[in-house]
Amino acid sequence: MSEQLTIETHSKKKAGKTYGLSSWQRLRRNHLTVVGLGIVSLFCLISLLAPLLPLPDPDATNLAQRLLPPLSPGHFLGTDQLGRDMLSRLIWGTRVSLSVGIIATLIASVVGSLFGIIAGYYGGRLDNLLMRSIDMLMAFPYMLLALAIVAALGPGLMNALFAIAIVNIPFFARNVRGVAVSQARSDYIEAARLNGQSDSNILFTELLPNVMPVIIITISTTVGWMILETAGLSFLGLGAQPPQADLGSMLGEGRKMIITAPHEATLPGLVILILVIGINLLGDGLRDVLDPRLKSGTLVRPKARTAVDPALEAKPEEKQITAGNKESVLRVNELRTYFNMGNEIYKAVNNVSFNLIPGESLGIVGESGSGKSVTALSLMGLVATPPGIIKSGSICYNGKNLVGASLETLQKLRGNRITYVFQDPLTTLNPLLTVGDQIAETLKRHQTCSGRKIKDRMIELLKQVQIPNAEDRAKAYPHELSGGMRQRVGIAMALANDPEIIIADEPTTALDVTIQAQVLGLINNLRKERGLSLLFITHDFGVVSEVCDRVMVMYAGKVVEAGTAQAVINSPLHPYTRRLIDCVPRLGKPDKVIHAIKGLAPAVNDLPEGCAFADRCDYARAECQQQQITITETEPGRSVRCIRVSKGEI
Amino acid sequence: MVGYFLKRLAMLIPVLLGISVIVFFIMALIPGDPAQAILGSYATAENLANLRADLGLDKPVFQRYFIWLGNLLQGDFGSSYTLNRPVIDEVLDRLGPTLLLAGTALVLCSIFGLLIGVITAVKQYGWQDRFFTLIALLGISTPSFWLGLVLILAFAVKLNWFPVSGMFAVYGGGDLPDLLYHLALPALTLAAVATGVIARLTRSGMLEILRQDFVLTARAKGLSERKVIWHHAFKNALVNIVPVIGIQAGFVIGGAVYIETVFQWPGIGRMLVTAITTRDILLVQGGVLVVATCYVVFNLVADMVQHLLDPRISI
Repeated sequence: MSEQLTIETHSKKKAGKTYGLSSWQRLRRNHLTVVGLGIVSLFCLISLLAPLLPLPDPDATNLAQRLLPPLSPGHFLGTDQLGRDMLSRLIWGTRVSLSVGIIATLIASVVGSLFGIIAGYYGGRLDNLLMRSIDMLMAFPYMLLALAIVAALGPGLMNALFAIAIVNIPFFARNVRGVAVSQARSDYIEAARLNGQSDSNILFTELLPNVMPVIIITISTTVGWMILETAGLSFLGLGAQPPQADLGSMLGEGRKMIITAPHEATLPGLVILILVIGINLLGDGLRDVLDPRLKSGTLVRPKARTAVDPALEAKPEEKQITAGNKESVLRVNELRTYFNMGNEIYKAVNNVSFNLIPGESLGIVGESGSGKSVTALSLMGLVATPPGIIKSGSICYNGKNLVGASLETLQKLRGNRITYVFQDPLTTLNPLLTVGDQIAETLKRHQTCSGRKIKDRMIELLKQVQIPNAEDRAKAYPHELSGGMRQRVGIAMALANDPEIIIADEPTTALDVTIQAQVLGLINNLRKERGLSLLFITHDFGVVSEVCDRVMVMYAGKVVEAGTAQAVINSPLHPYTRRLIDCVPRLGKPDKVIHAIKGLAPAVNDLPEGCAFADRCDYARAECQQQQITITETEPGRSVRCIRVSKGEI
Repeated sequence: MVGYFLKRLAMLIPVLLGISVIVFFIMALIPGDPAQAILGSYATAENLANLRADLGLDKPVFQRYFIWLGNLLQGDFGSSYTLNRPVIDEVLDRLGPTLLLAGTALVLCSIFGLLIGVITAVKQYGWQDRFFTLIALLGISTPSFWLGLVLILAFAVKLNWFPVSGMFAVYGGGDLPDLLYHLALPALTLAAVATGVIARLTRSGMLEILRQDFVLTARAKGLSERKVIWHHAFKNALVNIVPVIGIQAGFVIGGAVYIETVFQWPGIGRMLVTAITTRDILLVQGGVLVVATCYVVFNLVADMVQHLLDPRISI
């Protein structure tokens, strides 16, 4: 069905999947990057200016003044065992360490990137040969390879530099190749090739600029190591040889004096530490900017419960009794769930109210982004926070308000009294646990009985959802089952603790058409057998007619029409409802024209004053967007939000 | 499962061959006459001629490699001219202490790194996150040889809690408590850098996993946060982190060179440094080959662990 549906243009996204960091978080990150940049610039500046600064000769010995502690007159940071000025030596040592690090980085990045870009561009045997050699280099412990090279070439600063550069080549080669491979197959490279450009021309003018970000990212992660490791080789006496000194060799010499003059060894180390921290901070900032995945700030984890406006947060001593309505098992009143994305507020659920009667099946229908899933997830506080927040409203379950209820209260209900079946059973089941364990887990959480009984119940559930060979299948991992079987597992999980309400969020959308019908039938039968209430979320009116008693149509976070499924389908009053119904293909009517709804659902951060559908509506007129359109009850149990209805025109 | 392990074991052979080729060629980088370099400048002409014949320096390079490899396979790594004993004996004597030090450090950095990574991810933007992120940043930015000295100064010299250096007490030592007493500082120092790396990767790995749909499912089942985080999210994150730990083993073994020097630990790292300064090339070659082999084997184990954790992987 979903293939033919023209309204669901792209796969449903769980609300709040992509959003930016708040400006404060951005600032904090930038702040650290600026600190890093400051440190690195300062070190570079001092290193460059070292010959011009009024410093004593770093190599001038003065045994009369040996091992002076820091803050001695004339020697701000004291002297070493030969009476040489520490400050001067540190600055000159930094100059050596920094230049060695930078040169090593240049060599490694140029050679490594060249390997990577050539392997990626030419592919085939050359790629294979180059990359296998790189793999071999990486089979060594990093430092050991450097030691072997120094052993062969002999100790010395230049040899240490080469050794460190060589062992870093593989990182560049691998990262660059990864990107170059995909770029080399892309259209613009093909075009350049067809234009008869030479290979070298393509490599350096077309491909290189596109792999540049990867090279910079790799530099940002490796330059710190390279400085640390060259200093390390010098510390071991394998790098800088006296009288030449870098920070590492100073540390190595100072080590002999560690007890009598601790400053001689600790100061050079501290300088290295600060320099490398600066480099790493700057590198983190650069990666944030250059790595597209991090740029959008997608790496924010959702909390265990949706945030609630502080005014709605329940006080522990307050007994939450709201006017109980015996007829409804769930009563949602003026619910507003917003997403705070930086400076913008997306009103995903905007003043939604509904009632769920015991044993009935209520459908919530709408396009992607209409707020139907967010409504469903709000009920148990499962909307991702950040960015989601429940701004106002109440959700009464058996007379208890769940908005602002504690996480513990919600956890006792979740999976127990109110359960969910989600859309895509491949991503919603844990890939590393057997399906049996995943069902048993929800039983264990909410029941107090023996492991034996839980296992029996788990098998029984699998049988109830008509999974053949239940005992065997219980031991299967999700990837070993078909899509339909996986969704049956999802349903078994939802049924496990005999819930009162099942919330099914597009449970059949990800399935094949024939399997859809089976799963739908299964849900419907089980619900009727057990007399439980079903909240069924879908974009498909074809499904609504099969499963739902009542239906509620949502658009841009608001309910636009509600009534019994029969009435709404037979005589839709809102133009949007009519368009949704027209999207359903009819069996036996092959020539029926299926109309797409023109345009896209509006973004809910900048809604017009009046009707949000007006831009796409054939009946739209000026006054539609000039005033709030209220929802009007046309007859008991039937209501519509349309100016034509409120004015009594239809 | 068994098939996978056998396949993976078979893949070890080309890697080990590759390592031998690389070491062979690095040794070929030695400027001038290798025999001279190996035996030093005081070698007699007779010894030089013998060694040249032993190394097959008169033969083509391919043939030389296979002769060399054949010798290695028979356990003949040559003889150390400074120590006057077979290289393999010396290397195997020192392998134990190095593996003990590196192994302990690896266990420590895995535990601390994973723990810090999970805490910082779960408490994202909280004070715990900021504090431990800073610690992790310090970890990856610290020169471990310096950290070792600072710890010696603080805990051995000033506070006298731990010994300054060595593996056992000179008098009356030698038992397990004595060993652990000596092991604590060097192992912690060595673990510091890798802890930072693992913590940072665990944090981003956990953040990625916690956003996935199956975590929402776990929460929708009413599971406690402890279960959601450790049983569902962490287990999935671990699959991707185990290979990282395998790679970190390489950095830990490499870092052991510094730590053994700082703490006078009688391992291969310190032996290598001495051998390089005394130009005992055969000893360097033997040490590098053996440690690289251990590393390769360890990575094989990491791969197998990942395979055991994740039922989806198959080759």
